[in-house]
Amino acid sequence: MKEISRRTFLSRVSLALTAAIAGIVGLPIIGYLLAPLFQKPPDVPVAVGNVSEFPLGQTRLIKVRDPSPLAWAGQTADTALWVRRRQESGPQMFQVFNVNCTHLGCPVNWQAEAKLFLCPCHGGVYYEDGTVAGGPPPRPLFERAWEVSGDRLLVRQQGLPTVKRG
Amino acid sequence: MRSLLERCASWLGERFELEDSVLAVLRHPVPRELERPIGWWYVIGSATLAIFVIQVVTGVGLAMTYVPAPNSAYDSLQFISHDATLGSIVRGMHYFGSGAMVVLVLAHMTQVYLFGAFKFPREANWLTGSLLLLATLAMAFTGQLLRWDQDAFWSIVVAAEQAARAPVIGDWLARLVVAGSNVGGATLTRFYATHVFLIPAAIFGLIGMHLYLVVKRGISEPPVAGEPVEPRTYRARYTEILRRGIPFWPDAAWRDALVATLAVVAVVVLAAAIGAPALGKPPDPTNVLADPRPDWYFLGYFAVLALIPPATESLVIVGLPLFAFVFLFLVPLLWPDGERHWSRRPAAVAAVALPFVAYAALTVAGLQSPWVPQLEGAALPSAATHGLSGTAAHGADLFVTKSCWACHQIEGSGGRRGPDLTHVASRLSRDQLTQRVATGGGGMPAYAGSVTPIELDDLVTYLATRK
Repeated sequence: MKEISRRTFLSRVSLALTAAIAGIVGLPIIGYLLAPLFQKPPDVPVAVGNVSEFPLGQTRLIKVRDPSPLAWAGQTADTALWVRRRQESGPQMFQVFNVNCTHLGCPVNWQAEAKLFLCPCHGGVYYEDGTVAGGPPPRPLFERAWEVSGDRLLVRQQGLPTVKRG
Repeated sequence: MRSLLERCASWLGERFELEDSVLAVLRHPVPRELERPIGWWYVIGSATLAIFVIQVVTGVGLAMTYVPAPNSAYDSLQFISHDATLGSIVRGMHYFGSGAMVVLVLAHMTQVYLFGAFKFPREANWLTGSLLLLATLAMAFTGQLLRWDQDAFWSIVVAAEQAARAPVIGDWLARLVVAGSNVGGATLTRFYATHVFLIPAAIFGLIGMHLYLVVKRGISEPPVAGEPVEPRTYRARYTEILRRGIPFWPDAAWRDALVATLAVVAVVVLAAAIGAPALGKPPDPTNVLADPRPDWYFLGYFAVLALIPPATESLVIVGLPLFAFVFLFLVPLLWPDGERHWSRRPAAVAAVALPFVAYAALTVAGLQSPWVPQLEGAALPSAATHGLSGTAAHGADLFVTKSCWACHQIEGSGGRRGPDLTHVASRLSRDQLTQRVATGGGGMPAYAGSVTPIELDDLVTYLATRK
C-alpha cells in the first residue's frame, strides 16, 4: 500500500468532512426545493355547473376552483375554462378548453359573433372547435376531459398545459 | 495640537487596521491617463454599484411592508403605492433603479468590450461581470412578477411555457418555475425568496469577486491603436504604467463619485416626479381580458416571440439566450490577446452595434405590437361609416361585431394585425373580397363558418365602398 504523509491524510480527511457537511445540509434542502417536481396534481373531477347552463352552440367562460388550495392562494386557486356546448347529448356534447394559448400560455378571448378565440399576447387565433385559425400557435387549444353525471358537468383538473406535455 | 476628531480618526484607523485594508484599496494606483477626459468612460461600474445600493436599501424597505402571499400581495402593494408614507417614492426608486441597473450594466459591459479591457489578464473580471449581468436580468424579471398584478400572473405562465420548450428538462423547469403544476399558492413565495435572498446573495458574492479582481488586476490602461496585448510582456508593461500611476482615491474617484451622484439623483427625481408604476388589474386567472406585457427592457424579446416563424420558435426561445450567454463567456477565452482599440476591431464594433440596433428596433415593434388584436372599445369612427345606408351600413356593423375590427384598421381605427382596409376596394374586387373573407389564408381565419351568406354579402358591400 502506498504511504501518504500525515499532511496529505489530514487534508483528505478535512475535505471529506467538509463534503459530508455539504451533503448533510444539502440533501434535505434540495429535496425540499425540488418537491414540486414529484407532486401529481389531484385528478378529481370538479363540478362546474348544470348542463342546462350551457345552451347549445354557445361557448361560455367558467371558473373552476382548485379543490384543495393552499390557504393563502387567494384568487390563484381559480382557473378559467372555455366550455363549448356542441351537441344536445352524447360523447360530442361538450368541448372544454384551457384558456391558455398553446403558443406561450396567455389567456385567449372568445369572440362570440366572430366565433373565434383571440390571444392578446402574440396574436394567435383559433376557431370555435379549438383548431388554429392563424398566428403562431403550434397546435389546437388544449382540451380537458369532462363527464356528465346526472345533470352536472364535471371537468378534470390538469396542470399548466405545455406544448410538450400536450 | 491635533484636533479631537483627527485623533479619533487616527485611533480608529490604527485599531481597525484601515491603513492596510480599506485605505490601501482606495488608494491603489491606476493609470495616469485616467486623469484625462477619457477617464469619464471608466465611471459606469461605480454608477452601477451606487444604483445597486439603492436597490438593496429600497428593497429592504419594501420587504418591511410587502406581503408575499398570493391573497395579499396585490393589496399590500396598493397600500405601499397609495397609503404608506413615502411609499410611492420608495417603490418608484426601486422601479426606476431596476431600469437603471439594466441600462448601466449593459453600458458598463459595452464600454469594457469596446475598450478591450476584458483581455489578458482580466478575463475573470469579464466572467464575473457576465454572471452579474445574468443576475441583474434575473432580478429585473423576478421583480416584475412580485408586482403580482394580472400582467405578473400571466408573465409567470409565459415564463413557464418558455421553460417548457427546453429539451429534456423542459417539463421539470416549468414545474419548478410555478412550484407545482399550476401558478398558485406556492408560486409567489418562491419568486419572493429568489428575488430577495437567492439572487442577491449571489450578487453580493459576485460583486465582491469582481471588485477584488478590479483592484488586484488593476484598472486597464486606455487602449492605444497599434499596441496589442501580448500576454508574455503585458504584466511587466502594466507594472511600469502603474509606477507612473495616480492613486485611485481621490485623483480618479471624484469622477466616479460625481457620475454616481447624478445617476442616484436621476432615479430619485424620476421616483418623486412619476412615482411607483401603476399596478394592473388584480391577478385573477379567470379574467381573460388580459394584455400582459413585460417592462420596457424586455419588450424587444416579447416582440421576437411574435415575429419569428413559429417553426423556429423553440429554437429561438431556448437557443437565443443560451447562445448570447455562451458567447459572453467565450469572449475573453477566444480573444485574450491582440489589439484592444476599437478602431482595430471592426468586427467587435459590429458585434456591439448590430444587437443594439436590432434590439432597439424590436423594442419599438414591441411598443406598437401590431400583431396584437384589439379586444376592447370596438367601434368604427364616423369617417368610416359616413353616408352609409342599407346593406352597406349593416356590413359596417358586421365589421365591428364579427371582430374584423380587432385586426384591421379603417380610417385609423382598429387593430393592425392584418392589412389596413381603408382603401381595400381599390386593391381587391368584390369577388376577391368575398373569397378572402370566406376562406381566409395568410394568417386570416376563414369566416365561411361564422357568417351567413347574406352577412358575407353585406360585409363585402361595405368593404367595396372603401375605395
